[in-house]
Amino acid sequence: MRKYVPKDNVQKKAYYTDRFHVVPSLPRSKVEEESHFADVVSTIGADAKESYVEIGQLVLHINAEDNFKVMKTLKEKCGYTQCSEQSAVDYLAKDNEFELFWQLLNITEAKRVRVVCRLANGAAIESVEPLYKSANFAEREMFDMFGIKVNNHPFLKRILMPDDWEGHPLLKTYPLFGDEFAAWYEVDKIFGKEYRDIIGPENRDPGKVDIEDTKRFSRVGYEVPFGAEYNADEEVAVEYSETALVNYNKKTSKQLDERR
Amino acid sequence: MQVSNKLTPFFENLNFERDDNTMVINFGPQHPSAHGQLRLVLELDGEQVVKAYPDIGYLHRGIEKMAENMTYNEFLPTTDRLDYMAATSNNYAYSLAVEKLLGIEAPRRAQVIRTMLLELNRIIAHLFFVATHALDVGAMSVFLYAFREREFAMDLMEDYCGARLTHSAVRIGGVPLDLPAGWLENAAAFCDKVDHEVEHTYGALLNENRIWKMRLEDVGVISAEDALSWGCTGIMLRGSGVKWDIRKEEPYELYPELDFDIPTSDRCDSYGRYRLYMEEMKQSTRIIRQLIPMYAETSSELMAHSPQYISAPKEEIMTQNYALMQHFVLVTQGMRPPKGEVYVPTESSKGELGFYIKSEGEPYAYRLKCRAPSFFHTGLLQNLLVGTYLADVVTIIGTTNIVFGEVDR
Repeated sequence: MRKYVPKDNVQKKAYYTDRFHVVPSLPRSKVEEESHFADVVSTIGADAKESYVEIGQLVLHINAEDNFKVMKTLKEKCGYTQCSEQSAVDYLAKDNEFELFWQLLNITEAKRVRVVCRLANGAAIESVEPLYKSANFAEREMFDMFGIKVNNHPFLKRILMPDDWEGHPLLKTYPLFGDEFAAWYEVDKIFGKEYRDIIGPENRDPGKVDIEDTKRFSRVGYEVPFGAEYNADEEVAVEYSETALVNYNKKTSKQLDERR
Repeated sequence: MQVSNKLTPFFENLNFERDDNTMVINFGPQHPSAHGQLRLVLELDGEQVVKAYPDIGYLHRGIEKMAENMTYNEFLPTTDRLDYMAATSNNYAYSLAVEKLLGIEAPRRAQVIRTMLLELNRIIAHLFFVATHALDVGAMSVFLYAFREREFAMDLMEDYCGARLTHSAVRIGGVPLDLPAGWLENAAAFCDKVDHEVEHTYGALLNENRIWKMRLEDVGVISAEDALSWGCTGIMLRGSGVKWDIRKEEPYELYPELDFDIPTSDRCDSYGRYRLYMEEMKQSTRIIRQLIPMYAETSSELMAHSPQYISAPKEEIMTQNYALMQHFVLVTQGMRPPKGEVYVPTESSKGELGFYIKSEGEPYAYRLKCRAPSFFHTGLLQNLLVGTYLADVVTIIGTTNIVFGEVDR
């Protein structure tokens, strides 16, 4: 029987795990009394659902709707003037939730706080861009990579992937080598979906040049007017290697012949 | 109205026909001073920038996605490709994050070698900055002189690890190799050379150069408050008068034992930042000089002893059955760090380079986020460029010292 592969998490898995393997956890210590972190926790008050210190950094778990309020308090009352990083972790397969984190830095005390919250799938988070301008790019990246919508962001738009991309690459459902849309992206965009059959998966080439198309491609070595009729008999001086120009209509490809 | 077709998509944010006299131009992604793959959409009123929109993603390779599908040791060479001007900083930042997760510490000799390599890399990256920044602004000869010294530094790197750009010279738990014979003498000689050249060649050519000062002074001014808010770190922050260096404030490796200064500038402009780069090179040579005598005092161990996570040295693997079994498991399955999350910042040549790793106890990281300084410095451009003139745009891109390997990841 074929091995079952879960579709909701296509991340690579360990091929073998010892039956008796016990996963240890990083030690989490309580916030020490009368330390800087204790002041932070007491300033945040009831908004902090859970707080502990992990490897020297305070971790504050909050509700997703309180994020702006908590960050504002942290910035204005506790001196966390920089948001070093913010992003998300995909827990959709397990809990149908994202885990969002903000990594804040206090320069005068040299302390770091990580604010963590859980956000339900499809819900939107409030932007912290009015507090930390660095969130402008960070939230756009989070939106691009996970599809998490951010309310009141000045310009929420894809940042790393093209604007017309489908899917969010860092989701656990997104395969490492891309999905079907990704594989056909260039072909779809330049020639249209109907060309998928003509080109075929084995000849799929993002750098394909159609020699007869004078509207979308310029000639190598000589110029033709935009939209000119292609004349096959015309003697053409090609300065570069002809192999770079694949003429799919010449019917030289064995694979294509077989399919036809 | 724009005519859109499949090759020229409709840009909803750009208005090509307008009533006023602003003009929209594309700066890059193939512009020689766009530092690789930066596309900057500038709206110009005459020669003044009204609106700037940095468009990135042309070098996006999905490194964070790759990290989720590779074991921890497999991923290490990939970090070379982040900030490819200072590959060791990336290797180190990643290794340190994993080491914190595992709770192990590298042996003393590995720490000495790592710190030396980090500082050597800082010099390489800073020399590259001075060279390309001068070239962007129009000073050709500085480029040639700075690349000469950078070549010597890369020779040192090559002597150590065999690679010039993609070093992978730092491993999780230590370093793979001991220093070759004569390396320390060469490094000392190189330090003397760099100190001399910084003072007498680049400094003499640029520091009081009339054209250089006219191009850099009061260009790209950023206040301390803005710098903090936009997530600026490293020299971008110190150039605005904020004395913040992770090597001093949250020390790692051997930095607490070393004696060095953190230069800051309250000029807040490109010239101040340029002087900081020059000053930091001198501090780096100072650090390397202090590390050279420390090397002789260490024992020969290079990798941390932690059989659960780190393979034993080669001699043990070849002679002892259990070490071989451990090595086999670690190579075929990968190490399984404890469950938990860690964020470790380090001071790379560009600023705060941090790795956030979320581990679920599997050999593959559940989530790895690379906090790249250049990413946030690119974001700053949309604020910094507004109101400046087109000729200064090149200077400002240069002074942010962004490297697209780590902006796009």
